[in-house]
Amino acid sequence: MQPNVKELITRERFIDLFEKNRRFLAAHDTTALAGIREKAFDSFSNLGFPDTSMETWRLTDLEESFNRGYDYHLRPMEEVDFQKVFRCNIPHLDTAVIGQLNGWYVSKDVPLMELGNGIIMGSLAEARKKYPQLIEKYYGTMADDTADGFTALNTAFSQDGVFIYVPDNVKSPKPVQLINVIHHEENLFLQPRNLIVVGANAKLSLVHCDDSYNHQASFSNIVTEIHVGENGVMDHYKLQNLNNNSTLISSVFFRMEASASLDSHYISLNGGLLRNNIRVLFNGPHGNANIYGIYLMDRKQHVDNQVFIDHAHPGCTSNETFKGILDENSRAIFNGHVMVRRDATKTDARQSNKNILLTDTARVNSKPFLEIYNDDVKCSHGSTTGQLDQESMFYLRQRGIGEETARMLLMFAFADEIVTKIAIPQLRQRIEDMVKKRLQGELQICEQCVLHCSTPEHPMDFQIDMAKI
Amino acid sequence: MLLQIKNLHAGINGKEILRGVNLEVNAGEVHAIMGPNGTGKSTLASVIAGREVFDVTAGEILYNGKDLQKLSIEDRAREGIFLGFQYPVEIPGVSITNFMRTAVNEVRKFKGLDPLPGGDFLRLMEEKKRLVEITSNLTNRSVNEGFSGGEKKKNEIFQMAMLEPLLAILDETDSGLDIDALRIVANGVNKLRRPDNAFVVITHYQRLLDYIIPDFVHVLFEGKIVKSGGKELALELEEKGYDWIKKEQA
Ligand SMILES: Nc1ncnc2c1ncn2[C@@H]1O[C@H](COP(=O)(O)OP(=O)(O)OP(=O)(O)O)[C@@H](O)[C@H]1O
Ligand SMILES: [Mg+2]
Repeated sequence: MQPNVKELITRERFIDLFEKNRRFLAAHDTTALAGIREKAFDSFSNLGFPDTSMETWRLTDLEESFNRGYDYHLRPMEEVDFQKVFRCNIPHLDTAVIGQLNGWYVSKDVPLMELGNGIIMGSLAEARKKYPQLIEKYYGTMADDTADGFTALNTAFSQDGVFIYVPDNVKSPKPVQLINVIHHEENLFLQPRNLIVVGANAKLSLVHCDDSYNHQASFSNIVTEIHVGENGVMDHYKLQNLNNNSTLISSVFFRMEASASLDSHYISLNGGLLRNNIRVLFNGPHGNANIYGIYLMDRKQHVDNQVFIDHAHPGCTSNETFKGILDENSRAIFNGHVMVRRDATKTDARQSNKNILLTDTARVNSKPFLEIYNDDVKCSHGSTTGQLDQESMFYLRQRGIGEETARMLLMFAFADEIVTKIAIPQLRQRIEDMVKKRLQGELQICEQCVLHCSTPEHPMDFQIDMAKI
Repeated sequence: MLLQIKNLHAGINGKEILRGVNLEVNAGEVHAIMGPNGTGKSTLASVIAGREVFDVTAGEILYNGKDLQKLSIEDRAREGIFLGFQYPVEIPGVSITNFMRTAVNEVRKFKGLDPLPGGDFLRLMEEKKRLVEITSNLTNRSVNEGFSGGEKKKNEIFQMAMLEPLLAILDETDSGLDIDALRIVANGVNKLRRPDNAFVVITHYQRLLDYIIPDFVHVLFEGKIVKSGGKELALELEEKGYDWIKKEQA
């Protein structure tokens, strides 16, 4: 069926939509926020959507995704039952769960939770009304609306999403789990906007999952701004398990104040087209950022990781380690760009990207790129792409291990270098399970990354005994 | 007869390495294969184990009367063929414990046995570690990763002990071992000798054969076994080198 022209993703559609709904969109904006919105709209009007003539989009062609046609809603579509959508047994949860359905915050009890220790979390729309000063201080200060049409579009239409605020000196006692579920009967375009603030000397673990529940096509344009205050610690997980008809443009902007520390884990298990824009700005000296990525792709899946690390201050260290296994006709792109500015002495920046291609038709384009304006730096980059090691295969099979199991062992071992970096034990276990299932071709897209899904009452089981390989 | 190799020709990329090997090994025997570098000893071991990069162009290999060529690498292993590698492969991310548990259980499954319960498996590991005097916690580490040359060789014998093969081919397991390790490895082999199994040890040094007494010694030269004898042949080679054999062949 040909999609209705009105449903295609075009610059004109969104310009028109914005102009017709300008007042509605800005209804709760403070003057400052309304200004950000208007500027972003101008920016989008100029930039439009990226295409393959742009260097950073050269290998990711969105035309097919754009042309599928999508509904786009400026209001939440239905009342939802939190328990039903997030099939979690909430009382047993060891994490604070906040949910998004089709891009809208879903409230369990109240739209904004204010915990005794000063932590605020819940709906960004609600926070805008209730804490305008706090929002103004951070919102829109990290995302760059001038560089990319998607980010500008998100800011122009920004309404809801998740807001988390951890005040100075507070360490969030539990990981926060943000589950973003897409579940709709029509093709859907969605644009959640998240803002996370971790104060000075504060700490937050955030598990951010993008899941789909059916095979309907969707196009997500998610923007997340994350501020980590001086000496703050952020442990960030991005888990992607979407259906093959989904397109996800995820842009995360980290701003790291002096001595702030970040571990970010990008785990892409499934998805039609996944594009991760990851930007880290060192906004003070002695920050540290580790960005880990693992992607397991097959069929015609496409994953594109674009990492930009801006060493704007001295004495910061960054480390990017991305690994991928590509089967059938899948494709991966890795573009790691490290910028070392003139004043950023004693910078230590490392990048590595390793890939295993299981077929002749799978493809990888890997481009680690260092841009250095200072002599006093330590930088390294490397990328490798190859097949499963035949010597290792022979060794394993010579001990009686069947070919399929041997392949599985080697693939899992390859992925495990990234999985073992997961600091939350239950999550690590869960992701190990999911990676094994994925490698065996048994992962369901409706399977959530929620931690408690593998409990003593509901153990996960596998045909091949590969426990704790 | 456990192993019978008849007129075996094999090579790689059109280059012939084995040029008519004949060898017979019975249960209960120990055979030593010696010979200059590059004459095809490791190739012979690999071909018996089924390594796919080598093409067998003529001849046959019978194992318990069965044509080995028809079996996959893993099925040969499950039928009891073990190869101790000259250069054991490092496999980061796969722990020895899980590697061995997977191997032991796949072999058991092939034989129609249930998987070994976790406790029994760990006890078996401990017992076999003692056999080769592995005291350190090697087993929690990734397979061979960062092991010293000697540790890798000990680890091969440990795996052999775990799998209890019927035909063990040990390719230069003595190379790179210090005197104590050599004794430990040899003791390990001797303790595993049974009337129903056999060992083929490939070595360059007569020294090993002081510990593992061979029933037969063969010289592989330019892809063929050109001389066979008792253990005194090894002593003669130690004394005279290979020149006289090369001359005989010329
Ligand atoms: N994968 C390979 N590709 C090409 N040539 C090979 C390969 N493996 C072995 N050869 C060649 O086959 C010949 C025999 O090698 P092999 O390793 O079997 O010798 P060897 O008798 O075990 O020697 P050494 O005593 O040094 O271990 C050598 O010339 C070697 O270069
Ligand atoms: Mg050799």
